[in-house]
Amino acid sequence: MANSFDVIVLGGGPAGYVCAIRCAQLGLQTAVIEQEKLGGVCVNIGCIPTKALLHSAYIANLLKESKDFGVEAGEVKTDYGVAMKRSRRVSEQNSKGVEFLMKKHKITVVKGMGVLQPGKKVKVGGDVYEAKKAVVIATGSRVKGIPQIGLEINKTTVISSDEALVMEKIPATLAIIGAGAVGMEFADIFNAFGVKVTIIEALPRILPLEDAEASDALSKSYRKRGIDVIAGAKVTKATAAKDKVTLDVEAGAEKKQIVAAAVLMAAGRAVNIENVGLKECGIQLTERGFIKVDKNLQTSTAGYYAIGDVAGPPMLAHKGSREGVTVAEIVAGQKPHPIKYDNVPSVTYCHPEVASIGLTEDQCKEKKLDYVAGKFPFSASGRARGTGETEGFVKILRDKKYGEILGAHIVGGHASEIIHELAVARENEYTVEEVDLAIHAHPTMSEAVAEAALDSLGRVIHI
Amino acid sequence: MATKVHMEALSPTMEEGRLVKWTKKEGDAVKSGETLAEVETDKAVMELVARADGQLLKVVVPEGTTVPVGNVVAWIGKPGEKVDGAGAGGQESGAGEAKPVPAAAPKSAPAPAPAPKPAAAPKPAPAPAPADATRVKASPLARRIAQDAGVDLKLVQGSGPGGRVIKRDVEGGATRAQVAAAPTPSSRLPPLGVPYEDVPLSQIRKTIAKRLAASIGPVPHFFLTTEIDMERAAEAREALNKQLGEQGGKISFNDIIIKAVALALVQHRACNAWFQDDHIRYWNEVHIGMAVAIEDGLITPVIRNADQKSLREISAESRELAGRARNRRLKPEEYTGATFSVSNLGMFEIDHFTAVINPPEAGIVAIGSIVPQAVPEGERVVVRRRMHLTMSCDHRVIDGATGAAFLRTLKQMLENPLAMLL
Repeated sequence: MANSFDVIVLGGGPAGYVCAIRCAQLGLQTAVIEQEKLGGVCVNIGCIPTKALLHSAYIANLLKESKDFGVEAGEVKTDYGVAMKRSRRVSEQNSKGVEFLMKKHKITVVKGMGVLQPGKKVKVGGDVYEAKKAVVIATGSRVKGIPQIGLEINKTTVISSDEALVMEKIPATLAIIGAGAVGMEFADIFNAFGVKVTIIEALPRILPLEDAEASDALSKSYRKRGIDVIAGAKVTKATAAKDKVTLDVEAGAEKKQIVAAAVLMAAGRAVNIENVGLKECGIQLTERGFIKVDKNLQTSTAGYYAIGDVAGPPMLAHKGSREGVTVAEIVAGQKPHPIKYDNVPSVTYCHPEVASIGLTEDQCKEKKLDYVAGKFPFSASGRARGTGETEGFVKILRDKKYGEILGAHIVGGHASEIIHELAVARENEYTVEEVDLAIHAHPTMSEAVAEAALDSLGRVIHI
Repeated sequence: MATKVHMEALSPTMEEGRLVKWTKKEGDAVKSGETLAEVETDKAVMELVARADGQLLKVVVPEGTTVPVGNVVAWIGKPGEKVDGAGAGGQESGAGEAKPVPAAAPKSAPAPAPAPKPAAAPKPAPAPAPADATRVKASPLARRIAQDAGVDLKLVQGSGPGGRVIKRDVEGGATRAQVAAAPTPSSRLPPLGVPYEDVPLSQIRKTIAKRLAASIGPVPHFFLTTEIDMERAAEAREALNKQLGEQGGKISFNDIIIKAVALALVQHRACNAWFQDDHIRYWNEVHIGMAVAIEDGLITPVIRNADQKSLREISAESRELAGRARNRRLKPEEYTGATFSVSNLGMFEIDHFTAVINPPEAGIVAIGSIVPQAVPEGERVVVRRRMHLTMSCDHRVIDGATGAAFLRTLKQMLENPLAMLL
């Protein structure tokens, strides 16, 4: 039967398409149902195009300082439209790449909106597809905004990242609500392109999920570059006019009125669980509105699995991809190693970059853990001085008794790359001593990791 | 300042010791040279003595726990003196620590140590296990926790990739260490229903396993020979066969020997065992492998639960199995799973021989011919039918005395077949 597969994956984002490839590797006949472009939010309107824009921003900032390095570039002019178009090409290439991978693995891609039906069936338009082994739900999430503050996304003056990624012209002034990864990255981009940016965070500090020292370092760095950072702020009143938005903001005792040409809503995502037939299949949700799954990522209905954003936080592409691999292996009858949700790295690609894994220092305190913090600033790194990337630090929180790496936090150039040494260490239960024992090349940014490990042992070399 | 009491190398090859019993309690006054605790080493249970005068301030390692040589097990000091409880072990022996171990010095004090210590004995044992056949895969963190908690990683079932021991496997360390504290199996078979009991290898068992295997091939054999008077068994056999008459199914000497071996194993469970690399499986069921010569080799069909079968049943079953063995009609389950084996070359007029153990079984008996022999009986010389029986033992499981005790029971049963009814 042409419409029968071993596994049907609903959604072709980083969770779904990776799941499909792993299924195919394991010899399962697999289909992916996707109504938009393959690659999902990540490839098309998320991770990938923002990284392209952030690199444009990095180049702009670099050129502004290039005179110090003995390179004169003349007057630096920026054009967001050009940068945006380049980022679209990058997304396009990546989406095409996923299409190629589907073909390579002989995975059937069905274009359209899939609706689950009982009996491991999925309806797409008039066709019904049947899964012999499993249906995997990987429908992802979308921008929701925070309508409770009185601002609905109108796509002109009140926008989300979806619009920001395809704008030709940028506003002169921009208020960003939400200082998580999305808000911080767009603040960085727009600042580099000459926009007067104000970033507003409701929680007491920006990057609220990161270590407090990382938040502090970023606050300082942003303020130095002329970005207004307001944390612990409440938007009491918001008025969207035709060409501007007025926000009344209360931060502690301070009251402020911010007028900006546009507001970027960089907080709030909703999972795509509507109209996919969950109820009809008896698939239950958690209290927070995610699909309820067991430790094998199976939903409350046997044969239906959920992965990625719909299966719960953290809503990160790499977490979804790993869940996809795991489910594929479970469906193929293997016993994959359990996913360590406490060992998912978190990265914000603003400048300086912020990357972390494991517990923050505050969490160590809350849990009353007996820990020691080791820290090494990039200002003491020869490599960082050479490249002029002396902002930031590596901080390692180690268990006092056994040296377990409880958490690691990096702020600085290439933090997104450096963090993986610590991800590998934690995955394999290496202690700070094994991290130090591994010889680090000199001079590198990564040396700061070994130095932070040593600092936690009280024997740092270069400070 | 309080003095640390270390796990000492009480034998030249000792790498770790199990704290069997504290003979002093916290708060007791101790004098240098006095016994503090009993420690099971790789060879024997030895005494750990105090190297300082004062009060036993703190016991760090509980009874039943195994710790590497060099680890702190207790503190001695002035009454009321504070000790650093957190520094109890792990830190000092951590690999890569360049710090000298201050407490190494007291070790040079005169000690009633039984063997000359190698010069390096007082150094803390390195965290990773020595490279031997039983090397354990474990994460560095799990090693540290295990070392600190005195958990023997060899006894821990790893749940990480490829069976690697990870943190969560050793966090419940204490209970696992206690399991290892009672490594001897009960000597008689427990009631039915539990097919076997896995007993972790004790320190001494592990050393025996390692040393002997390294010296004589994978299965270190030794042999015990005894001469058995089969006169009464022969008489019993003749009587039984007469009674069976033309019904057929004559009882052979081999059937009687199988039955006797099975019954003797019930009383000597230590010989009814499998060597399983990191543990010994003591069987609660007796399955006797019976070596049968076939055209181009040998196969051992198995009489299951032979201890519970009558001679007639054994006779019928062995004849049937041997017949099918010769025709190569045995199913795999009919020639696997024996707990002990019997090899009989009596019909080939072999006086005595040694048989090679069929691993993982730990023993096999080799039966020679029954031949009339002149035997002194009081003042006279009488002629009696006798045979030689040689038991091959896997020394990793069975020691000389263990095997000898089993053979004594077997000999008694064969020399007085009525004993089988006991």
